[in-house]
Amino acid sequence: MDVRSGVAMFEPAEGLRRLEAFPFALLTWVGDNGFPVSAAIDVQVDTAHGMVTFSAPAGLDVPLGTEISLTGSHIRPQPGIGYDERRHVTVWGHAGRVPHGGLKFVPTAAWGWDEAAIPFPEYIERQVGQSRRYLARVSAELGRVVRPRLSLGWLTLRATRLPFLSATLIPVLIGIAIAAAQGSFDLFAALLTIVGAAAVHLALNVANDVFDARLGADDRNVNPTQYSGGSRVIQYGLVSLRRMAAISAAFYAVAIGVGIVLLLTRFSVPLLVIGVAGILLSLFYTAPPLKLVYRGLGELTTAIGFGPLMLVGAYVVQTMGALSPEPFVASIPIALLVALILYVNEVPDRPSDGRAGKRTLPVIFSREAVINGYVIAAAVAFIAIVLGVLAGLLPIPALAALLPLPLVLRVRDGLVRYYDQPYGLMAVMAVNIRVHMLVGVLLFTSYVVVLAVMRFAPQIPMFIRWS
Amino acid sequence: MELVQAALVTELSVVRKDGRPITYPLIPMWDGENIVMTSSILFSRKLEHLKDNPRVSLSFSDPIALGGRTGRATIQGDARVIDGDPHVDWESVLPLWAAKEPVILEFIKARVAFPLFFERSVIEVVPRRVLYWPDGNTDKAPQVTTTSEWTGKAA
Repeated sequence: MDVRSGVAMFEPAEGLRRLEAFPFALLTWVGDNGFPVSAAIDVQVDTAHGMVTFSAPAGLDVPLGTEISLTGSHIRPQPGIGYDERRHVTVWGHAGRVPHGGLKFVPTAAWGWDEAAIPFPEYIERQVGQSRRYLARVSAELGRVVRPRLSLGWLTLRATRLPFLSATLIPVLIGIAIAAAQGSFDLFAALLTIVGAAAVHLALNVANDVFDARLGADDRNVNPTQYSGGSRVIQYGLVSLRRMAAISAAFYAVAIGVGIVLLLTRFSVPLLVIGVAGILLSLFYTAPPLKLVYRGLGELTTAIGFGPLMLVGAYVVQTMGALSPEPFVASIPIALLVALILYVNEVPDRPSDGRAGKRTLPVIFSREAVINGYVIAAAVAFIAIVLGVLAGLLPIPALAALLPLPLVLRVRDGLVRYYDQPYGLMAVMAVNIRVHMLVGVLLFTSYVVVLAVMRFAPQIPMFIRWS
Repeated sequence: MELVQAALVTELSVVRKDGRPITYPLIPMWDGENIVMTSSILFSRKLEHLKDNPRVSLSFSDPIALGGRTGRATIQGDARVIDGDPHVDWESVLPLWAAKEPVILEFIKARVAFPLFFERSVIEVVPRRVLYWPDGNTDKAPQVTTTSEWTGKAA
């Protein structure tokens, strides 16, 4: 397979092997009038000698001096749906006569596609370069630029990877809730925190696409999924690299603007440190010279950024800089589980990441180590919740956040089964994202319960006190 | 046109610049006057070949793709590529497409997931000559009908 051109050329012998599996072949040549002529015929494929013999269709002159082809094509109709099991193969060569009146054919080239071997999404991805070349030709023919399009709403959703904002909202809301449970809450500051944190996250997502495009990681990826491989709006020609860079800069500008407002109104050294660290980590996640994700530090960066920085940052905005152990402890499971989202999503990307020099942990470590690493990190996340509750640093209702634990086993089993199947991993990645979201929502809810109990039944203990 | 309307797939053969024939499976549709097909810009090599040489043939030969029909036909014709706006031009044939592949209507709702797949060109083929094998047996010479004899019932 030529990845650049998307043309699935293969050896003639492989073409014959595939052709043999079809019940008949379509013989095609170019007739004297310049039109292609096709006729279905029975063929005898001799893979051992690399040739095909057949009888010429009656009443038609099969040329002996020019190139002809034999095609096998199959689908399975699915009434009410369409069809599946798409596969086809074409072999080219010249026909010659055999002693007893038939024709023989020795192939010199072959191409085709079998969706059982190359899934349709991957086949599409391998053709992206061809689509760009064709649109360039159409643009030249029409005298105006013809580009692929999406509606603004869908394009925004895709380019910014908006649904991943849950990774920001969860730690920020938990940080705000912890502060509120401790008596510190300012609605305007909370809203500004959400806007600022979301802006950093969206800036990071878009910057990640910009730098991965410049460094070649996304271009080399022919197995992107809805959870991995970037937004691909640059590769598809939906948004230019320059425009994506401008969008990222705009989000960073919003984030910095919000940060300045918060610092002017609620200054504290912890907030300043967290704000600066958050922006620098998000920028240098993929940006040179640090390129943290290219050096095996992407998972750690994500854990820190979407764990303690987001959660403690939201907390100190509310407390005007006062620190306590609670938000740090609450950030541990969130940090681990959000890093595991990236970690699992990197599994299908590891061939292209490896080729681009992007040394993520799944690129660095073996299959067994990656799967064991997932289980250990997830276990630590849940153990941290239990220990946090036992230590009196997390509220007792936070134990409800253990409920998604069985999903971890589903992710592990999915990794074992689909480790080398990018599209089989899609459902696994979805479950893994749900683990983070459910744990986060249940932790947040536990603080809502604390607030409610504090207001309506303050005599009920919400934290374990050993003394 | 019974075979055209019944076929889930046809084999479109085009001629490359170097004279080599090349065959692509596509969904054929009959719009009442011509055979129409669509092709994503992702799989646009065929469109480039068609623009360079519009002479094509369409083979209807697989009984499975023809709903069990055993008759076979090859239709030769002149092709035209319609791609003034690949984003929307093809939508005019969507009802014909959905009649053969109903799931496409669900698929198109997820256009955001496969944006380039739904940037498409329409291929319109004006039939010129039909080779028809009533029982599908190509050991017998085909019945040949040309445009001047075209009645719309040949295939």
